[in-house]
Parts: sequence; C-alpha cells; structure tokens
Amino acid sequence: MHIVVCIKQVPDSAQIRVHPVTNTIMRQGVPTIINPYDLFALEAALTLRDIDGGEVTVLTMGPPMAEDALRKALTYGADRAVLLTDRFFAGSDTLATSFALAQAIGKIGETFGPPDIVFTGKQTIDGDTAQVGPGIAKRLDFLQLTYVARIASLDLDAREIKVERRAEGGMQMLKSKLPCLITMLEGVNVIRRGSLHDALRAARSQIVKWSAGEAGIEDLGKCGLRGSPTVVKRVFAPSSRAEKAVQIDTADKALRDLADELIAAIFARQPALEHELAFEGGSGQGA
Amino acid sequence: MSSVNRETPPAAGGRAGMKKDLPEHFQAYRHVWVFIELERGEVHPVSFELLGEGRKLADKLGVQLAGVVLGPPGEASWYAVAQAFAYGADLVYIVETPLLADYRNEPFTRAMTDLVNQYKPEILLLGATMRGRDLAGSVATTLLTGLTADCTQLDVDPDGSLAATRPTFGGSLLCTIYTLNCRPQMATVRPRVMAMPPRMDKPVGKVVQHKLSMLEDEIVTKVLGFLPDTQSVKANLAYADVVVAGGLGLGGAENLQVVTKLARALGAEYGCSRPLVQKGWMPAERQIGQTGKTIRPKLYIAAGISGAIQHRVGIEGADLIVAINTDANAPIFDFAHIGIATDAIRFLPALTEAFTRRLSPHNRDKLAS
Repeated sequence: MHIVVCIKQVPDSAQIRVHPVTNTIMRQGVPTIINPYDLFALEAALTLRDIDGGEVTVLTMGPPMAEDALRKALTYGADRAVLLTDRFFAGSDTLATSFALAQAIGKIGETFGPPDIVFTGKQTIDGDTAQVGPGIAKRLDFLQLTYVARIASLDLDAREIKVERRAEGGMQMLKSKLPCLITMLEGVNVIRRGSLHDALRAARSQIVKWSAGEAGIEDLGKCGLRGSPTVVKRVFAPSSRAEKAVQIDTADKALRDLADELIAAIFARQPALEHELAFEGGSGQGA
Repeated sequence: MSSVNRETPPAAGGRAGMKKDLPEHFQAYRHVWVFIELERGEVHPVSFELLGEGRKLADKLGVQLAGVVLGPPGEASWYAVAQAFAYGADLVYIVETPLLADYRNEPFTRAMTDLVNQYKPEILLLGATMRGRDLAGSVATTLLTGLTADCTQLDVDPDGSLAATRPTFGGSLLCTIYTLNCRPQMATVRPRVMAMPPRMDKPVGKVVQHKLSMLEDEIVTKVLGFLPDTQSVKANLAYADVVVAGGLGLGGAENLQVVTKLARALGAEYGCSRPLVQKGWMPAERQIGQTGKTIRPKLYIAAGISGAIQHRVGIEGADLIVAINTDANAPIFDFAHIGIATDAIRFLPALTEAFTRRLSPHNRDKLAS
C-alpha cells in the first residue's frame, strides 16, 4: 500500500503578535510548524501503514525552507518526503495549489508506485479554506471523503474502505473505494513521538526536490498567479471599535457587590435580557 | 492545505490592476444563487443568512435571487423550497431524487455542476458548513472557477464583480478577493457571520425542476448509516443567546467548572478560546473564534480570555461583550463593552450566585408585576 500525505508549513499562529501601534502583523522570527491539522492526517496514515504495510510519502509545496516541515514528518515515521518548490508556484490560490499538488502526486505515483490513499488535514490554520483537499480529489478523480473521524476498515484486496465521517448533526458511516482522498478531522488521534531510529533516518534522508518541470508539469499557465482565478485586491486592517470597555472599578469591593454591580450594568444595557433569562431560561445546556 | 503566498500583502497589489474583460462565453452568466442546505428535514439557518446577503447582491445587480435545493423527493425538499421563497428567493432550482437523500459528494457535485452549466449563475453562495465546504471545493474545481472561503462581507463593485472579503493572517487583517475571468464567482460564509434576515413570507414562485444525470450504480460511495449526535455533544454555541467562555486565565482544567456553573445558572451555552482546545481541556466543537465557531449572542461573558485576534473575529457580532481578566491591559478590553480587571476563578462563583439571586422566583415575581 502506498499513502501520500499532503502537509503544509505554516507560521506558528500562537506566536504571531500584532504591533500595538501600527496594528500590523509582526512575522519576523515567528517559528514555522507543520499545520497542526495535518498531523492528524499523518498519524492516520502511519497507523494504516503499521497495520497493512506499505509506505507513507509526505508531500509539500512551498519555499525551500519547507524542507524543515518534511524532515519533521520523517522523524514521526514517514518513509519518504517530496518537496515541490518553484517560483512558478508563487501566488497560487487553492485551484492552482490543487493542480500542482495533484500533478506531483501523479509523478509520485509514476516514480514510487501509485497511491491508494491521499491524506490531507481538514484545513490549514493560515489559509483556513478547506478547499485544497477536495480540489486534489477532483483533479485526481479520487473519491472524496472529508472530515473523517475514524477509518473503520480497509480491505486492500477488495479495494474497499469504510469510514466514519463527521457531518452536521451526526456521524455518517460511508463505504467507498480506493483510490480515495481523505481529509482527517482534528482531535481524532495523537501524533506519535517517533523513534530514535526515525530521528536518525530523518537527519540522513535525502528529500526529493522537484521543480514544476521535474514534477511533470507542462502547463505553467495553470500554476501560481497565472493559474489562479482569484486575486487579492485589497488587504486592510479591520476598523477598531472607537470606545474601549467601560471598566468597573474593583478597588475595595467585596466580590458579591462587584457581581451585583456587573449584573446591573448588563441589564441596564440589555433591559429585555433580564426578563428572558428569568422566564424563559436560556436555550443552552451549561453543565 | 491551502493557498501558498496568498497571505503576502505586498504581492497582493501585483495583479490588482489587471482586471481583464470577462471572456465572451461567461457574459451570459447572470443571477445570484444560494445553496439551500437541507439537513434531515430541516433547512440549516446559514442558508437563510445567505439568502439575506444574496438578496442585497441581487438587488444591487438588478438580477434574480435563486435558491438551489438538492434532496430526496417529497415533503422535506418542498419544505426547503417554500422556506427559500419565504426568505427572499425569486425562484428555486430543485433536483429531487432518492440519490440525494443523504449527503454524498459525488451526486451533489454532479447535480450542482449540471445546474450551473445549464442555467449559468454569476454568483454562487454556500454555507461554510462541513457539507458546504465539501461541496464547494469539488464544484469549484470541476468548474475551474474561483472560490473564496469564509467570507465576512460580500458586496458588488460598480462593474458588477463580486467583492468577497475574508479574514487573513488569522483574522488580524482583512482581504478582498475577486474572481477575475471565471464564472460563477463562488463564496462560502460561516454560520452566524451574517445576520438572520427577516422572514418575508413570499409565496412559492417559479420552481425549475432538473433531473440528476447519474444513476445509483455510478455512485461509488454508499451510506451505511447515520449516528445522530447525542444531546451532550450537540453544542448549539453558534445560535445561543447567552454564551460564557473561558480562556487560559482560568489556569487549569479543574477551574473550568466556574464557567460551566455560570452557564448553567443562565441557561447559557459555554465555550472556550483556542488554547484550551489545544491543551485538551475542552472539545474542539466548543472553540469560539476564527478557527472555531462564530457566535452572535445577546450576551457574551469572556472569563480569563486575553482576546487574541483569532478569538475576536468569532465574537464581534455579540450584542454585549463582558470581559473578566486579571490583566487590565489585555486586548479583550479593547473590544469588550464592559470590563472587570479581576481574577475570573474567584469572581465567577460570586457572579453565578448573584445571577441566581437576581433571577430567582422571588425576584421574578417582582419583575413580572
């Protein structure tokens, strides 16, 4: 079995700060990480490989420094890493990104054996679109299984897979066929620590680096800015609220009095709310 | 996975001026469409929110607003049709077949792309739900057109093109995205980001029925079953009137009960900021913010939440924001309406008690008289 896992190197958003005066982002020195959602995909892939055998190839598209993310994926136990990097990819939107990745997966198939499953995370933390996974599936004409919480069974002989898919209001049990593309739901597994053996292997491993041409992409018009139907026209800071919060003075007050004062302030601004809370209760389910 | 380099503002201007004329074969694309999401006999509220936005766009463009209903034959689908009209649609396209009874990517993608290719809308809006995102990604790739996810603002330019604004950089900046030379211009919007429009109670008008060009045998993926969520998992955060949430300022998972107890006293929903989900203190479906739920409650109480941009984006629609945080300089006080610089762990139990007293039957009688 051959599994390809698509990952993305993203800035660690927990460490991004906004400049207090200019209200612009301060990216300098922000460390990069593997998109956290992709780790659930990687772990799911490694688990399947451990059970059924085969190989896991991790793939990313990005600048040369994205090699760090791939090496990290190798330390978790991936067998091979491919970096798709070329200035022609700059400015790709999701349609152009899915084109390039699908082409690279095709090339991976030719070079290392056709993939049975392609995994992605459910979305990235920087783009947040959740569009590239479905885009790759469509480009490859693979069956698309999104928001998968659990792989219930995999029958390689029958080429059949059963999954539990998160849907609005419940869990859908689906039966489908290989090859398929799975976007993995978050929180459904925990990425392994990776063994010392894997760490040593990752440090020594040669990462496969492909330019657009080396990945077999002939039509550069489908890549990067030229291949992107969407264009960003304006980037601007959200307007901030004119007035700051009205601060309730806490000095020398008992908690009980402070609480009463806050409640009075709340109901002064939302007079109808007191009646609703007292008579209808809320709609929620605080436990 | 997502767009690469899309978030580099200096590059953004690059093609800004390069707005070309729309190719001839796309000129015929007109009207605004909204995907009406039918879920077990109910229409997802995000579909109404989108009809409200779609109505404004259609009026500005001087075109029609259409709903698209994909579902099983019978009552549920026609209920969705009636609802679409009630919330402002001028016409509805419907594909009804047992093959669309449960959501599956293959037949839904086929139904939607066939409709688009035949009736040619210029704008197609979908809810950024799991279903909407699954479908939108496939449809846009099949049609090779642009799709802008999680928009917070939709407008049309004087030249008629859709200006789709969405947060970027984790919500610290906004960007406006256009689909230049392709049609339809597609966008998704998350539930609760747009306000619920008033019900117009328009009667059912023109309905265009379309057949699905697919047989069950051609659909590989089969639905084996559906396990509805138990009540305890079904957090209805997005649509709650009152929400209480906790952040890292609560110090530890053992202190979360100050939040849940206050929520219970108010009959409210409870949630948290992203770090708590990352620490495993609360499940992901309770996360409020850019990568979690967007909420629009009448009252939002944030306890021990510093107010990172990523959180702010999800709560700005709240009518009244109350922030409790020990750090008087926390960013949350920049956008809360009422602030108390105190320790939430100690203060919330007092607040719970005070609310309980105030809302007790004894006081309630006074309120009624």
